[in-house]
Amino acid sequence: MSAGESSSPATNGGSAAQTAAATVEAENAAEVFRRLADRPADLLRFATAGSVDDGKSTLIGRLLYDSKQVLADQLAHVEQASQRKGESFLDLSLLTDGLRAEREQGITIDVAYRYFATAQRRFIIADTPGHEQYTRNMVTGASTADLAIVLVDARKGVLAQSKRHAFISSLLGIPHVVVCVNKMDLVDFQEEVFDEIVEEFDAFAARLELPDVTFIPISALLGDNVVERSATMPWYQGPPLLYHLEHVHIASDRNLIDVRFPVQWVIRPPATSVVDYRAYAGQVAGGIMRPGDEVVVLPGGQRSTIAGIDSFDGPVEEAFPPMSVALRLSDDIDVGRGSTIVRTHNQPTVANRFEALVCWMSEQPLQAGRRYLVKHTTRTAMVGKVEVRYRIDVETLRRDENVQTLALNDLARVHLELSSPLVFDSYRRNRVTGSLIMIDEASNDTVAAGVILDTEVEEAAVARSGSERSPNVRWQGSRVTRERRREALGHGGATLWFTGLPGAGKSTIAAAVEERLLQMGRPAFLLDGDNLRHGLNGDLGFDEGARAENVRRTAHVARLLAEAGTVALVSLVSPYAADRRNAAALHATDELSFFEVFVDAPLELCEQRDPKGLYARARAGELSGMTGVGAPYEAPSDPDLKLGSDGETVEQEVERVMALLREHGIV
Amino acid sequence: MPATYHLSHLRTLESEAVHVMRETVAEFERPVLLFSGGKDSIVLLRLAEKAFRPGPFPFPVMHVDTGHNFPEAIEFRDRRVAELGERLVVASVEESIRTGRAVEQTGPRASRNGLQTITLLDAIAEHGFDAAFGGARRDEERARAKERILSFRDRFGQWEPQKQRPEVWSLYNGRIQKGEHARVFPISNWTELDVWQYIAEEELEVPSIYFAHEREVFSRDGMLYAVSPFVEMMDGEVPFAARVRYRTVGDMSCTGAVESDAATLSEVVAEIAATDVTERGETRADDRVTEAAMEDRKRQGYF
Repeated sequence: MSAGESSSPATNGGSAAQTAAATVEAENAAEVFRRLADRPADLLRFATAGSVDDGKSTLIGRLLYDSKQVLADQLAHVEQASQRKGESFLDLSLLTDGLRAEREQGITIDVAYRYFATAQRRFIIADTPGHEQYTRNMVTGASTADLAIVLVDARKGVLAQSKRHAFISSLLGIPHVVVCVNKMDLVDFQEEVFDEIVEEFDAFAARLELPDVTFIPISALLGDNVVERSATMPWYQGPPLLYHLEHVHIASDRNLIDVRFPVQWVIRPPATSVVDYRAYAGQVAGGIMRPGDEVVVLPGGQRSTIAGIDSFDGPVEEAFPPMSVALRLSDDIDVGRGSTIVRTHNQPTVANRFEALVCWMSEQPLQAGRRYLVKHTTRTAMVGKVEVRYRIDVETLRRDENVQTLALNDLARVHLELSSPLVFDSYRRNRVTGSLIMIDEASNDTVAAGVILDTEVEEAAVARSGSERSPNVRWQGSRVTRERRREALGHGGATLWFTGLPGAGKSTIAAAVEERLLQMGRPAFLLDGDNLRHGLNGDLGFDEGARAENVRRTAHVARLLAEAGTVALVSLVSPYAADRRNAAALHATDELSFFEVFVDAPLELCEQRDPKGLYARARAGELSGMTGVGAPYEAPSDPDLKLGSDGETVEQEVERVMALLREHGIV
Repeated sequence: MPATYHLSHLRTLESEAVHVMRETVAEFERPVLLFSGGKDSIVLLRLAEKAFRPGPFPFPVMHVDTGHNFPEAIEFRDRRVAELGERLVVASVEESIRTGRAVEQTGPRASRNGLQTITLLDAIAEHGFDAAFGGARRDEERARAKERILSFRDRFGQWEPQKQRPEVWSLYNGRIQKGEHARVFPISNWTELDVWQYIAEEELEVPSIYFAHEREVFSRDGMLYAVSPFVEMMDGEVPFAARVRYRTVGDMSCTGAVESDAATLSEVVAEIAATDVTERGETRADDRVTEAAMEDRKRQGYF
């Protein structure tokens, strides 16, 4: 499609009053209604980051326009405005530039939200401008996003701004990132230009925590690879942007393991209406809650049992994120707004001191003597002390430790001490219980957004297996740097994480890879899930919390092995994506290589093999919560390697693993 | 319950809205829910039931009555609030005009729509409300697309789009100074279609004017207006009978009807799904006056 042609459909507006009625007749109303009610009603929230120059507004306009979401009166408005501006083509960016000042100055002021739907999904777009307020805007728009679109101008390559967007995506823990290399029409649709940008971006992104990055060459202006596949870039084999948005796997991005229920409000009807009813209202922030579950109320620590989960529509058997429900407890204990209800065996950290990464969002800089508040879940506490550890240059990732204050758009690691404790997890583990805002007590402005870091959480986890927390444990740094170790050994380590259903063949392949590495003279060590359960993890059962802990411990052991220069081969069902992601993140923090290898064998085949007779026992009802039978397996959406396809021998599979290691310079 | 622990998009939006309502009542002292009898505020009432039952609503329900409303909407309002057993506050534009706070427009294009802002702000001040739930949605209009869920108003009731507080995750900052207030829009992220699908799923009653009915109308600026004592017809405007329904319920002087045969909820949903004109572009004269009509009214304190 050329720029000239794109304006033609604008003329079919017709008389506004008549159109609606006429179109219905084409399809029987009841059928339309049923089709709408039945269609997959998945919701994907995505954020777009980029400046006006990158063509971001045009891209969104194109998405809406080509997916037929622009209505006649909106289009008429754009058409008139385009003509007024003297444009020869339909300026789709005008669809999204909303406020008068934006239209006058040709910039986008703040986050704007757009909505559209296809047969596959509903979408909420948070459109965030990339000019000088980029950081604040992007944090505002992208905090709840499942996916971020980062725009790169093909002519300019990876600019500082693209790096900022990538960094903020990483900071906000956005699970999926799509890099749209735009304006391919202006570089003659050359594959080399695209490849160079991919390489450059990858090099930067490798230092961040971006679990899933996809690159798409597009021309938003002409529509190439936005909704329709481009005819001018046959070398690009991937799907167009909209297809990717419709199909990217987001179901496993939620944390269904750690039960977290911050209480918002106590429902307590006057005594005359309902006899002694008291329920704790809130939105499930993590895990799956069921009546009968033993719980503990933090920060107080009182124990009780869930007597019932209520909703306006009746009792609820299972509550999971992001459901809003009301809990009744069997005991009359002190619970109110700010309490968090969790499972007894899987508790978050309760502390008034922690480390966080914050984005300063106010024009008033951080001031030492000023009074600030922190709002976290449903609790608000006063800030006793903020200590800036270092500011991060988002383009170079360099840390500046000589910083006392923070200004608008600064990103920094801080140490916070509060007047009263919060009940939190690291942001990496839970985006709800790991995030906070800072409020200036005098102006009431929201001055910062922050994510809580892992440090304290790890200490707490260690302490949990004992009984006391040990807040004074500090990380003892080794004097040997990773580089020195690597130099001395002649190689570095890595972790290969084999995940898949029981009986998929994980251990067989992992053992063969171990053998091969040892033959080459490279240290390798197989960490088998079953074997670990005899020792290190011998105290753990098979419920969700125990499985998470099993994966966590195994990941730590693997990390230590990788750090020491060994190739750690983990063979573990690890059914939950969140746990595997945590394992990967643990390695990413220390810049250690981590490869997720998905051994994907069909359930029937695994059950047929049943090397340990587990399926037979599960089917016979002797085993409960067996993955694949009574508990879910969340398949990796984007593994580094997928094995287990039929026809491949173990040798061939080993070869593919070795190729992966070679490709990344591990062997 | 599916083993995948999946919430449909409508239930996800519902849960978000319930969370917003509970946060608001917890963080503010005197909230109020603005109810017009229209579909969006009907949804708000159901969401309030979801958030606070079996308890009473921790706030009254308020209607800003222009005196030019559809009688069907007023009848429905009184009945619905009575069914819920909640308290209704009516703020009257008529009263504002009588006391000289507002000045009535004259002529065929006269509307009391703009005067509602005065009555609304006066009522908020009089009752000391510090948070007002509204049924505005971001898909309605370009200015609304930029507004926060919890939207701050200064002591003059005004909205400053460039000075909005950052709104991150689901952490709403409800702190205000005395005299200021917040507008809270729990269904910000819903579309018109979502609202209708929800009404259908929840089997909510809506005023009869949302369904196709015979009505005496006349055509102006490509819209169909009801013939009523509140609108003066101009030369050349001829009344005729038509089968129409309303997509929005506002004042009779500024709300247009669409020709439609959609007589049931499922027919309405199907019609909305197939439409190619936005509800405000189609039926609201108030948004057509200037390119930034809604933005200007919002800045002044409109809903």
